[in-house]
Amino acid sequence: MSSTPLHDPLAPPVADAKTEVKNTTCYMCACRCGIRVHLRNGEVRYIDGNPDHPLNNGVICAKGSSGIMKQYSPARLTQPLRRKQGSERGTGEFEAISWEETFSILAERLGKLRATDPKKFALFTGRDQMQALTGLFARQFGTPNYAAHGGFCSVNLAAGMIYTIGGSFWEFGGPDLERSKLFVMIGTAEDHHSNPMKISLAKFKREGGRFISINPVRTGYSAIADEWVPIRPGTDGALMLALIHEIIALGLYDREFLVRYTNSGQLVNLDAEHDEFGMFVRTEVAKEEGCYDPQNKLWWDRNSNKAVVTHSEGADPFLLGEFKLSDGTPVKPAFQMLQDRVKDYTPEWAEQITGIPADTIKRLAHEMGITARDQKIELPIAWTDTWGKEHDTITGNPVSFHAMRGLAAHSNGFQTIRALSILMTLLGTIDRPGGFRHKPPFPRPIPPCARTPNHPKAVQPNTPLDGMALGWPSDPDDLFVNEDGSPVRIDKGFSWEYPLSVHGLMHNVITNAWRGDPYKIDTLLLFMANMAWNSSMNTSEVRKMLVDKEEDGEYKIPFIVVCDAFHSETTAFADLILPDTTYLERHDVMSMLDRPISEFDGPVDSVRIPVLPPTGECKPFQEVLIELGTRLKLPAFVDKEGKRKYRDYPDFIVNWETAPGSGIGFLSGWRGKGGEKSIKGEPNPNQWEMYAKNDCVHHHVLPRSYQYMRNWNKGYLEWSQRSGITRYAEPILIHLYSEVLQKFRLAAQGKSITRQPPKHLAKRIETFFDPLPFYYEPLETQTTDKLKYPLTALTQRPMAMYHSWDSQNAWLRQIHAHNYLYVNAGTARVAGIGDGDWIWCESQWGKVRCMARYSESVEPGTVWTWNAVGKAAGAWNLSPEANESQQGFLLNHVISEELPAQADGKRFSNSDPITGQAAWYDVRVRIYKAEEGEPEQTSPQFEPMKKYPGMKEHPNWLAYFGGKKKGGAK
Amino acid sequence: MKPAFSVIFLTTLLGAGQGLFLALFTHQTYALFGLLPMQSDAYYGFGSALAMLFLGGGLIASFFHLGRPERAWRSATQWRTSWLSREVIVLPAFMGVVFLYGVVHVFGYLPVIVTLPSGLVIDLSIVIGTLGTLLAFALFVCTGMIYACIRFLREWNSPLTVINYILMGGSSGFILAAFFSATYAPSETDFFVGWAIIITVLALAGRAASLLRNARLKPKSTMQTAIGVKHPYIVQRSMGSMGGSFNTREYFHGKSAVFLRVIKPAFLLLGFIVPLALLALGLFSPALLGVAFILQYLGLMAERWFFFAQANHPQNLYYQTIG
Amino acid sequence: MTQLALVIDLNVCVGCHACVTSCKEWNTSGSAGPLCDERPYEANPTGTFFNRVQTFEIGQYPHSETLHFPKSCLHCEDPPCVPVCPTGASYKRKEDGIVLVDYDKCIGCKYCTWACPYGAREIDEKQQVMKKCTLCVDRIYDMSMPENDRKPSCVKACPTSARLFGDIHDPESAVSLAIREEGGYALMPEWGTQPSNHYLPRRKTKLKIHKDELERADNPLKVDGQLPKPGKGESTMDDVSAW
Repeated sequence: MSSTPLHDPLAPPVADAKTEVKNTTCYMCACRCGIRVHLRNGEVRYIDGNPDHPLNNGVICAKGSSGIMKQYSPARLTQPLRRKQGSERGTGEFEAISWEETFSILAERLGKLRATDPKKFALFTGRDQMQALTGLFARQFGTPNYAAHGGFCSVNLAAGMIYTIGGSFWEFGGPDLERSKLFVMIGTAEDHHSNPMKISLAKFKREGGRFISINPVRTGYSAIADEWVPIRPGTDGALMLALIHEIIALGLYDREFLVRYTNSGQLVNLDAEHDEFGMFVRTEVAKEEGCYDPQNKLWWDRNSNKAVVTHSEGADPFLLGEFKLSDGTPVKPAFQMLQDRVKDYTPEWAEQITGIPADTIKRLAHEMGITARDQKIELPIAWTDTWGKEHDTITGNPVSFHAMRGLAAHSNGFQTIRALSILMTLLGTIDRPGGFRHKPPFPRPIPPCARTPNHPKAVQPNTPLDGMALGWPSDPDDLFVNEDGSPVRIDKGFSWEYPLSVHGLMHNVITNAWRGDPYKIDTLLLFMANMAWNSSMNTSEVRKMLVDKEEDGEYKIPFIVVCDAFHSETTAFADLILPDTTYLERHDVMSMLDRPISEFDGPVDSVRIPVLPPTGECKPFQEVLIELGTRLKLPAFVDKEGKRKYRDYPDFIVNWETAPGSGIGFLSGWRGKGGEKSIKGEPNPNQWEMYAKNDCVHHHVLPRSYQYMRNWNKGYLEWSQRSGITRYAEPILIHLYSEVLQKFRLAAQGKSITRQPPKHLAKRIETFFDPLPFYYEPLETQTTDKLKYPLTALTQRPMAMYHSWDSQNAWLRQIHAHNYLYVNAGTARVAGIGDGDWIWCESQWGKVRCMARYSESVEPGTVWTWNAVGKAAGAWNLSPEANESQQGFLLNHVISEELPAQADGKRFSNSDPITGQAAWYDVRVRIYKAEEGEPEQTSPQFEPMKKYPGMKEHPNWLAYFGGKKKGGAK
Repeated sequence: MKPAFSVIFLTTLLGAGQGLFLALFTHQTYALFGLLPMQSDAYYGFGSALAMLFLGGGLIASFFHLGRPERAWRSATQWRTSWLSREVIVLPAFMGVVFLYGVVHVFGYLPVIVTLPSGLVIDLSIVIGTLGTLLAFALFVCTGMIYACIRFLREWNSPLTVINYILMGGSSGFILAAFFSATYAPSETDFFVGWAIIITVLALAGRAASLLRNARLKPKSTMQTAIGVKHPYIVQRSMGSMGGSFNTREYFHGKSAVFLRVIKPAFLLLGFIVPLALLALGLFSPALLGVAFILQYLGLMAERWFFFAQANHPQNLYYQTIG
Repeated sequence: MTQLALVIDLNVCVGCHACVTSCKEWNTSGSAGPLCDERPYEANPTGTFFNRVQTFEIGQYPHSETLHFPKSCLHCEDPPCVPVCPTGASYKRKEDGIVLVDYDKCIGCKYCTWACPYGAREIDEKQQVMKKCTLCVDRIYDMSMPENDRKPSCVKACPTSARLFGDIHDPESAVSLAIREEGGYALMPEWGTQPSNHYLPRRKTKLKIHKDELERADNPLKVDGQLPKPGKGESTMDDVSAW
């Protein structure tokens, strides 16, 4: 018998196959890696990372590698669907209609709203990566009621850092692990963000860097940390303040950095009677009002022992001390105010709150301080600062940080993240090698220039909104409120309740619209947001609100349109479903006007180019918006005669400019007639082709001297100004002390010349708008019986799934078919709970039945689970018996979107009082064993979702082979 | 391990068939030496047919264990290294010999091959029977070694595995022979019962010895060696898949510890004690021998189930927790 | 003689499962494919994978470690799964030491899996033949691919480059160096299977702080007068000691 193999493993499995490789950009999560899609006979055979892409250098994650199963998923919607006449909303009875009919329904309804009261139309989107376009559409429509998912994601992180250092993490900036020596990761879930963090973290560890993870749970990235510091959820602020305390007490801060690049030395007016109390003393009124920091503040110079204008030649300010101006005004440097603030925030104090031993806190501070001070990096790069001083080198203090939703999703998150930013600043690590580095278009002014309108008249029939729907308030006059101080927006964003809600409060839209507070709306258009499931807090109740009716039988939210590519839970509540394409079937842009994928060394944007034709009648949402905008005759989409301006989305992307002739459009690469210009330039008709030829990505590498110290880098800021990225080239001093917050506080105290809050909100504003970071217990915790509900419940997103997106994915769901509640083994034993037992997890709001899993990698006061693995029965075209709905559960049922009612019966959002960030992780729970005889099934359960017309049957066997091999193995 | 019913049937049916053949030929050998009266050729012939029935049943069962039975012929190629391959060769050879043995008896084709100096006449059936005996033992060794040679399954990795296959097959076959004789040649029943009692007692001893041995086994692989980390407390939190995999289906019997605790005395009783008691009674009541065989067969199925279930594969260390 | 193998660096593996699905997607449409999945959209979905990432917890809170542990065929130097195969379907390639299954010879008896202590083989329940990691033998010799792509799909995908690939018999290869210098070890050495794949252990970086590093002459507090010298009038030993 011959021993030669019959099966030749090297032979091509399909003879004479037609193969092609097409580049595009991944969208299995928000990371946006470059991918190569390998087609065989027109089917996807393989998707791998594009080695020439700056973001992922050829690697790819579990999700990206499973794109095939998304593309061919039976959960795909393939036709526009209308709720059947006479059927109840939520029952999933749909009929297929044509796109023409769909557009005419939409154009008629929205046209009427626009002609009467545009704010009756609300557009809210998920993690869609096209906010520049959706935002433009909403603005053109004239509605203020637009936001994306940021409010329930990590707006605290964006706002807390941008209001302090002019940049933030992820797309906006990050740790320079290439040169860092000590890396501290705080409150970062498994995969936030994905491949770039993995690539750099592994390199960092290999090169001997020290990695400390501060997190209640040790999974994912924390698993490979050199040290895990478990912390009680929601207490990170206390830790940050104690670290600041220790670093200041021992003099481990970078004084030179603080003096020149922050407002540490600036003198604060401490005359309690003065209108300007708590504001910086100014020498003169700024010549021009604008979104920059005029250089008109004072230092107390050590050399001359008198007040001088900041950055005066030869001056060196006191950072500590108390002084009196010549007019007798008592003043203190901001740094002194900070020292005063943290005086009582000792490590011993923080130990009681965080559960971290004081000695550990001190050691962490020492490690940070000593590494920053003694392992300095000097790069031989000459640069000039904004005050004209030339520097021969760039200095780096190699301590870096990364933080995400663990810090952000608490109602004290904004101040916590301010504290983190200040800690990073004290160590002298901002936009320096080995520390935190910005990614263009950041740094931006503090705050950035975009503003919402500040009065209700900005909303007018048949008129675009007079301002951005989302912006960056710099003082109370920037709030978007009515004369009486009540909110203009449906989500109460930019109101006195959540003044700096720079990403809106999507998590309150449905509740507010249902209640009619502040008013009722007519049409809610949801794009790619699973608001009837994992994207809503209080899911069970929100599902009821979506089908609740007025006495006259009309739905409280009269018309709901959902655009999604898949059979999500939310689609069941739609009156009209718009079937979106997958990422492999459409054009997309990762625009500089949105959240681009820039690198530390310069701006990067990228595109998606279709690899496959659309499935069924699927239509990209972008095309829907362009078509609808054209039919509604929104000025951006039609010419003066009201005629169509753009053939389609690709045409729009190429030709649209922020203003006629501005040279600024959605894409920054290959602009100019022949594609010779970068960042700014005339539209180039061949722009898409040029992206296609260049790995779908445009990377504008800055000269090395523009790559650091960009808050104060004259060359960079002037380039940025010339390129139309920023309006001013003024220095962006770090706000150790925040005047923006103080302005709100003064308003609340009735001292300002700005608008003042309604009486019932004054106390709230005064309390939370503290110009210096402080610690307070999360708001929900304050109102919870902590003895009854002793545990904090958290969710994390696993690395192999992106929120709710992947249960329909045959490969990924084998990895996470359902979820457990992870409980510290000791905590569980005390509660009489065995590993794998069915338990109840109950908060003051509700309870879920689920299975417990012991863990030694979770802090004893915390329980946690994977987010959004649990699904409603039948959703995502899974069988109603699928693990996701029978053993999987959604923690959202025990989390409220609102805090308990005030004495006046009003309820605040369960959010950060400054930014409106959803406080997912504030919920307190108790756990106990399910009774004998209870069904071994998660609770709550819902009526199984139906399959819609046009959806595929799901097979009992899947034997995927891309490109037609007949029969498989012989 | 998860006991596969195809393999349980395969090994128990083959064992009974092999044992029956050995019993028949033992009888013929006794008769050759004049220690017992030679029986009719039909007796040996029909006895062989009965053995073929069991062997054929075993063969059919074996196909149910294969994913691709149409390629079964390929499994004869690796006799140099694979006990399974050897079994695949020996089984049909043995069946062929048993068939021939039966045929020569039934057709009375018994030419004398050689007459020994002592006067002993060796006819064709004796030659075939001797060859059959060798192959029966070879088949027992192959079957036993299929299990005994897997060093990772330490419960099996012992000479006792082979010995017990021989003894339990022998016991089952001799009881079957006793029952067969009770029907066809009642005078010879006692001979078979006597041997059956002896072999069953030995089988009980062998199986008890392996149970005792296995009870004292300490796993060679541990969580520490499985992942290469030295710490007394290592717990798996996730095996990497949640809907099961081949590794969970093939290696875990999925029955409770209570079930295992019950099945062990059950197979000892049914497979050994009860048959022994019935054999003793059977001396007076031939019908009980049939009952004895059937009950023992059930007992041996339970034994075989337990044999698989008790074997703990080191791969299981990697498949502890769904998470 | 060449022995190709993977070296898996547990020091950087974050458990992202990229290797799991990138393997699945390559191989389901490759020479080993399709890799079938049963009940893909129903209860207990289960399919054939060549590679799994498992998670272990080591020690008890708060002294606990979470270990992510990818596991695939280890391509043993002396693979016990090969001699037991009755059909010769299980074989080890002479030229590079890769252990493969000949899908056209396999009868699906599963006996090879009994002889693998690592649980590295998974039967394809639809095709009823045994399947396992091939080290992407249909990639690594495919001259139509750019050289950089000629490595196993898992290795190419791994975002933390926790998977090294090469010849462990070449003492100067990157994998040999890693094994030698980073403490590479084999799984279940007690069986003498000599797995070719190796694992690199966790390595910890620590920072030693000496007490005197906290006291520095250039402490910035001094500049702002917070570490003051004693005032001129204060009494000292100098004033009273006369020897």
